[in-house]
Amino acid sequence: MSESLIVPTMAEMLAQGKQPEVLFWVGCAGSFDDRAKKITKAFVQILNRANVSFAVLGTEESCTGDPAKRAGNEFLFQMQAMMNIEVLNAYEAKKIVTACPHCFNTLKNEYPELGGHYEVVHHTEFLKSLLDSGRLTIEGGQFKGKRIAFHDPCYLGRANNVYEAPRDLIQKLDAELVEMKRSKANGLCCGAGGAQMFKDAEPGNKEINVERTEDALETKPHIIAAGCPFCNTMLTDGVKNKEREGDVKVMDIAELIANAQDI
Amino acid sequence: MTYLSNVLFAIVLIIGFGYFYLNIKKIIRNINLGIAVNRTDNAKARWRNMAMIALGQSKMVKRPVAGILHIIVYVGFIIINIELLEIIIDGLFGTHRIFAPIGVIYDVLIGSFEILALLVLVAVSVFWIRRNIVKLKRFFNPDLKGFPKSDANYILYFEMFLMTLFLLMNASDLHLQNIPGGFSHFIKAGSFPVSQFIAPAFNGMSNELVMLLNEGFWWLHIVGILVFMNYLYFSKHLHILLAFPNTYFANLNPQGQFDNLASVTAEVKLMMDPNADPFAAAPVSENATPSKFGASDIQDLNWVQLLNAYTCTECGRCTSSCPANQTGKLLSPRKIMMDTRDRIEEVGRNIDANKGVFIPDNKTLLNDYITPEELWACTSCNACVEECPVNISPLSIIMDMRRYLVMEKSAAPMPINAMMTNIENNGAPWQYSQQDRLNWKNEN
Ligand code: SF4
Ligand code: SF4
Repeated sequence: MSESLIVPTMAEMLAQGKQPEVLFWVGCAGSFDDRAKKITKAFVQILNRANVSFAVLGTEESCTGDPAKRAGNEFLFQMQAMMNIEVLNAYEAKKIVTACPHCFNTLKNEYPELGGHYEVVHHTEFLKSLLDSGRLTIEGGQFKGKRIAFHDPCYLGRANNVYEAPRDLIQKLDAELVEMKRSKANGLCCGAGGAQMFKDAEPGNKEINVERTEDALETKPHIIAAGCPFCNTMLTDGVKNKEREGDVKVMDIAELIANAQDI
Repeated sequence: MTYLSNVLFAIVLIIGFGYFYLNIKKIIRNINLGIAVNRTDNAKARWRNMAMIALGQSKMVKRPVAGILHIIVYVGFIIINIELLEIIIDGLFGTHRIFAPIGVIYDVLIGSFEILALLVLVAVSVFWIRRNIVKLKRFFNPDLKGFPKSDANYILYFEMFLMTLFLLMNASDLHLQNIPGGFSHFIKAGSFPVSQFIAPAFNGMSNELVMLLNEGFWWLHIVGILVFMNYLYFSKHLHILLAFPNTYFANLNPQGQFDNLASVTAEVKLMMDPNADPFAAAPVSENATPSKFGASDIQDLNWVQLLNAYTCTECGRCTSSCPANQTGKLLSPRKIMMDTRDRIEEVGRNIDANKGVFIPDNKTLLNDYITPEELWACTSCNACVEECPVNISPLSIIMDMRRYLVMEKSAAPMPINAMMTNIENNGAPWQYSQQDRLNWKNEN
């Protein structure tokens, strides 16, 4: 299936004198992490199917600097930000879509003060707009009646108040959206934020991702859905830790949509 | 004789308010030890925040039991303080129930004060039970020990004491009002839906004794209020005043947006400018304050963060929602706030003792109060910020201290250093080459 992926870069677009409707910011996880790459591809499949004119930066993309900033390294963050802003501004990027809430938050909230002003949307918001405008339709009831629990990524939900778009999408799948006892503004972190992804946890009596997976499993879900590559990894590990990988899947919203469409 | 008591009352009043004023001044001075940030933009949103969150307690009711009880105590306290005005006038001028002539309205007022006083007594008792018998977990975390733990109970006892005195005062008054033919200055005024049931307790006592008791209750009540007011400074109860400015000056940006360090921006721009002379010393402006990146002590925090520390009610809602704390890590956002306040107070005492200047005491907020282990446990998830009923951000202090650890001390945990090196060299937190960023396109 991957041979059918059409992924133009901004440089190629520029060479043809074209400006895409939206720039897809892939992010480090989406570019390099094996699990997250699947999310990237699923999202591209949908973009291709919906005939969205988009482009990626490809090798010109660099880390947004989010993990550096959360770790406290403002220098490194700002250097990354300024380099990225230079590239983005050179391409006159206007609208950016990304499947990573950390990139989303940083690009949207922290780049403007450094000279990067873009309209930034999370892929769940973008997918919803495609459905709402009829550019994308979902058929096929692969998820009909399945119990899907949605985990709110902190940097999407609490940090930026995006709660409804991912939920609307799940409901469009004819699936049964189930809520964990801690959700939306009261959601519990998956444990990866604040650069925790890159280090061992401090001593405690439990891993945060296990605690969160327990919240999710309490809802007796068939699928745990997330909208963040980091949450995805944390919850997948949590499900493994609970030895439930046989009957509970962790999937990104983009993967749900791509699978429902059977692209 | 009455003259004497008026003068005595005036003196008590002056001492009470005078001491209060001095302590408020001290708080303002201490808060101003923090660095300047501008929080005066968007006044409309700020007033709205204050009206909704401080006055309307919109975030309190997220936990309905505590929320509703708290509203009763709060409304009761505010409204009963209207009564304080009458007490002060009566005390200064030797009058008795000066507002009585307003008639029916007066009856309604006194009646509703009484009902509120009773409700407050009930609410405060439930709070006491939750704390001391049910033992709610967030009141028994290890970060809450010693004075902060008893502080909460003292406040509850205070409220019980004041409300009981208020009712006893009214009950004895009612008893004297009902003496046939009238007794002394006890005119018939007010309505007493609650204390009418206490009044019979005075039956059989001599009129003079009841009058003496009434006067005693009156004095204890007013002195109690003054003492309580001055206790605030030493207590987490300061929030009944500071919740208002604190919600007004709270951060209005999206929670995920961390502040931009302008001092860093200047240096990064210089570093990235291809025309800049790499060997030239960084331009030093005449009055540039020696800049320090991040915070190791309270003087490096901004004044809003210091105001936050004074406002913290130690309710522990932040800690009970913190993922790190819930999984047994050392981090407690409540402790971050309490430590910050303790350190501000310590610095304040140092300044007082040294005629207005701070003499370094070889201590800092970092290490002496807050350890790096606590700081590194934070996932920056904003759960604590979301949960705080008075819009405090423990996270902003955590982040500023991490910045100090990383940028001034290069003291990040090893894997974090590795992550940062990777970003520097490869533009990704992992060791992959930037040239491979698009490889996924052709992989299966
Ligand atoms: S932001 Fe940090 S301190 Fe606050 S709740 Fe989350 S992990 Fe805890
Ligand atoms: S920071 Fe807020 S939530 Fe935490 S203890 Fe203080 S008042 Fe309560």
